[in-house]
Amino acid sequence: MSKTALIALIFVYLGILFLIAFFAEKNKGSKLVSHPAIYGLSLAVYCSAWTYYGSVGMAATSGIEFLTIYLGPVIAAPLWVIVLKKIILLSKAYNISSIADFISLRYGNSRSLGALVTLVCLASIIPYISLQLKAISETFEIVSTSTIGIEGTSVITDSTFYIALILAVFASFFGTLSLDASKNRTGVMFSVAAESILKLTFFVIVGVYVTFYVFDGTTDLYEQANLDLNLNKLSTINGLNGGINWYFSIALSFLAIFLLPRQFQTSVVEFNNRKQLKTAIWLFPLYLLLFNVFVIFIAWGGLLILGNESNADYFTLLIPLHFGDKWLAVLVFLGGLSAVISMVVVSTVALSTMLSNNLIIPYGFLKKLTNNKSLNNEKTIKNIRRLCIFSSIILAYLLYSMFNPQVSLFSIGLISFLTIAQLAPSFFIGMFWNRGSALGSKVGILLGMSVIVFTYLLPFFTENVLNNNKFVEEGLFGIGVLKPYALFEIELLNPVNHALYWSLLLNTGAYLVLSVIRKGNYRERNYGEMFVNSEKVIQLKENAFVWKGEAYVEDIQNILIRFLGQEKADKALKVFRKRYQVNPEEKLADARFINFSERLLTGAVGSASAKILISNVAKEKPVSLVEVLKILEENRETISVNKSLEEQSQKLIKLTSDLKLANEELKIQDQLKDDFLDTVAHELKTPITSIKASSEVLSEDDDMPLELQQRFLGNIIQDTERLNVLINDILDLEKMASGRDMLTLKSHRLDECVQEAIHGISSIAQKENIDVRFQPVSNVVLEFDYSKILQVFTNLLSNALKFVPDKKGLIEVFLEHNSEEIVCTIKDNGKGIPEEDIHLIFKKFYQSKNQTFKKPTGSGFGLAICQQIVEMHGGEIYANPKLKIGAEIIIKLPKFKS
Amino acid sequence: MKKILLVDDEPNIIMALEYTLRKNNYDIFIARDGEEAIVLSEKLQPDLVILDIMMPKVDGYEVLDYLREHETLRHTTQTIIISAKQKESDVQKALSLGAKEYIKKPFSMKKLLSTVTDLLTPNH
Repeated sequence: MSKTALIALIFVYLGILFLIAFFAEKNKGSKLVSHPAIYGLSLAVYCSAWTYYGSVGMAATSGIEFLTIYLGPVIAAPLWVIVLKKIILLSKAYNISSIADFISLRYGNSRSLGALVTLVCLASIIPYISLQLKAISETFEIVSTSTIGIEGTSVITDSTFYIALILAVFASFFGTLSLDASKNRTGVMFSVAAESILKLTFFVIVGVYVTFYVFDGTTDLYEQANLDLNLNKLSTINGLNGGINWYFSIALSFLAIFLLPRQFQTSVVEFNNRKQLKTAIWLFPLYLLLFNVFVIFIAWGGLLILGNESNADYFTLLIPLHFGDKWLAVLVFLGGLSAVISMVVVSTVALSTMLSNNLIIPYGFLKKLTNNKSLNNEKTIKNIRRLCIFSSIILAYLLYSMFNPQVSLFSIGLISFLTIAQLAPSFFIGMFWNRGSALGSKVGILLGMSVIVFTYLLPFFTENVLNNNKFVEEGLFGIGVLKPYALFEIELLNPVNHALYWSLLLNTGAYLVLSVIRKGNYRERNYGEMFVNSEKVIQLKENAFVWKGEAYVEDIQNILIRFLGQEKADKALKVFRKRYQVNPEEKLADARFINFSERLLTGAVGSASAKILISNVAKEKPVSLVEVLKILEENRETISVNKSLEEQSQKLIKLTSDLKLANEELKIQDQLKDDFLDTVAHELKTPITSIKASSEVLSEDDDMPLELQQRFLGNIIQDTERLNVLINDILDLEKMASGRDMLTLKSHRLDECVQEAIHGISSIAQKENIDVRFQPVSNVVLEFDYSKILQVFTNLLSNALKFVPDKKGLIEVFLEHNSEEIVCTIKDNGKGIPEEDIHLIFKKFYQSKNQTFKKPTGSGFGLAICQQIVEMHGGEIYANPKLKIGAEIIIKLPKFKS
Repeated sequence: MKKILLVDDEPNIIMALEYTLRKNNYDIFIARDGEEAIVLSEKLQPDLVILDIMMPKVDGYEVLDYLREHETLRHTTQTIIISAKQKESDVQKALSLGAKEYIKKPFSMKKLLSTVTDLLTPNH
């Protein structure tokens, strides 16, 4: 494939990557983007070009030792439930955005320690990125020209440089979208996950190709290898010596999976829910397993076909090219590119956060940012991070182009692992041992680093660059005890493990001894307590950190505004006041507010700077260790007491509201009862008044004309009858309401019942000249209580009679039915029901004001009784509320009772 | 002859009242509801209104209110309430709206008559 075509392909590929990241940022909440598997796959950023190409190289030269790099993480995966969970918990609680921040915070926001850790990470990452660029450049040459080796290129003509630049653009764009570095970078992580799938797929394809296409399956390969190669060396551990080396190599990769900045970034900073961890625990080891299935076969195949002379690192490219399958080589190349891109992007994002938050801002820019008149700190900080991304990639490129030792990918990768392993004592022990101090940590890391320089970097340099073996063979100044690969002339371990052993030994020793001898300041001890008892931190939140001193809310607020912006600062303040119910008028800041603000600032500028910023405006007083422990204990107690008090009061509040509701209900019932009795009394008294008055008149006046006497007596009889009806109605209604009145159900034609009701009122209707229309429907047969339903129709028709106009009155009855119910409508052309009364008409004693006859003749119970009867039949009755003229009462009766 | 306006929606009660009062030489007018009561009061300027409370359209309270606010009727017209409403709060409300007496239903015709006579006697 020509160079131009390959470059074009690379750029198309990078373009697609941008699109994927854009897609993820735009669809943050979507099922695909937030799938827990994405987290597990993004952890596979661990498999860089070193894995992709280097494993095969390692397998070809030293056999199955390459597996150690994967066994460490596999062993670590089940431990994630405890260790990683704790790290994540703490990081989320304190808005930690990098491993430097984590360690710095653990040792009391130590600025110098944060910076030191950042430098260690820088030393670990930059050569590693160089290694990735080297891999791109070399594989590019192999795929495009089919020859190994790099032609003399200048920066301008080297395509690797441009690829590096594009990666920097990608990382700085998607890596710095949010000021708070502890926030998720969805776009970056999604693209990393996509790349993880790609690199695995292509690697498995080439593995299958070598094993089953070039050779005849695994057995064939093994048999051929058995004949031609020294398999014994390539497939065993090599005795005790080898066993110890295995042990250390596994330990190294075990540490790396926690400590590598890109792993911290993907596993801790980008973490956002528990499901992710659950998935990752099986997904990530499975991924590594799949990745390694074919490594050994490709290595054997490569050795068999191409021999020892060719560069074993690139067997995956060389074998397909050897057989002329260029398309496969291109695929493999793209897989390698994916591995490189994801590693470089995540590493530089992580590094830039550390460089800005733990080195540049606390040591140089903090004063400038604080004094800055304009409130554009967010922009400045983001720009610092972008600049860091560009400079670290360019630095790596320079390292690669100026200093390009002809060594295997594997050995450079190990330098990275060794360096980062120096953070292990401060990181792991600090999490479980509260005495660990910043001093111990710093001295330990520095000692460990010097041991690595002496036992690995220096001899590496003299051997590979100066081609001088004197230093390695005779030791420093010819002193045998100072042989770099065998200190004290102990030659049990290979150089990497030897360096690891001595560096970690001295590192850990210094850390432990110094921590015991010299106690850290109260701040370190306080954070030590919190990190060790991380679950307490989650409980106590802002109460966990003990702080004594004097500070003003306004000063701290100004800092928050300066670094987070007005809007975010206001929002945060609101959250704080709500959480602790703090009076907004309060001028003095308490410990909780100090801690809350420090946490917020940590996300933006790192923990050390956050502490400095706050201490600039707060007069802090030292706290003794006893106080720290006491307050932590007390806090815990108060919190549990508070919690139970709160629960109690919640219960009381609920109880009170329940009681209130019940009381209200009772009151309503009571009111209804009162109203009912009032109305009953009133209704009873009206005829009694009339009877009494008439009787008095009659008894007082002897010479009243007979005709008048008759009229008074007639009135008395009428009112007595009215009393009787009223009392019967009340009893009826009460009987039905209390459920003591049973229905006598029998099958009848409903239209007959309607007709009988119409017949009952026909004499009055004729007298008033009212037209009553009904079309009988013969097939409506139903089980119902004939006499009660008759009462309903009679009531409704008599009501209608009262409301229709005197001369042109019209009452219509309609009977309709479907499979489920019968609908009967009684319609009149009267004055209608006042809108405000439409819901009241079925209430007891309701009497409309719209009646035509002057005298209401009903008891006021008619509609209430109708409703009761219809409901006893399982039906419903209501007035059509949409009517403009007249009234329409609708009765619905179900055909089958439920 | 003193003019009395009877206001009640119960014709039988009205009939007994009308008969008794006429016999005692009062000029009697009848309204069947609050609305009619207001119209007739305006027109007739009665000396006394005997007023029920629970009536269709406009109730007794509203009539009381109207009479109290009226520039001439407030001086010329007195009111007696006859009502089946028994509660003390109802009585107080009516009295505060300017009713002179509150007689609960069922009332004694003698008692009513003596109250009417008392109210309409000039030296009272």
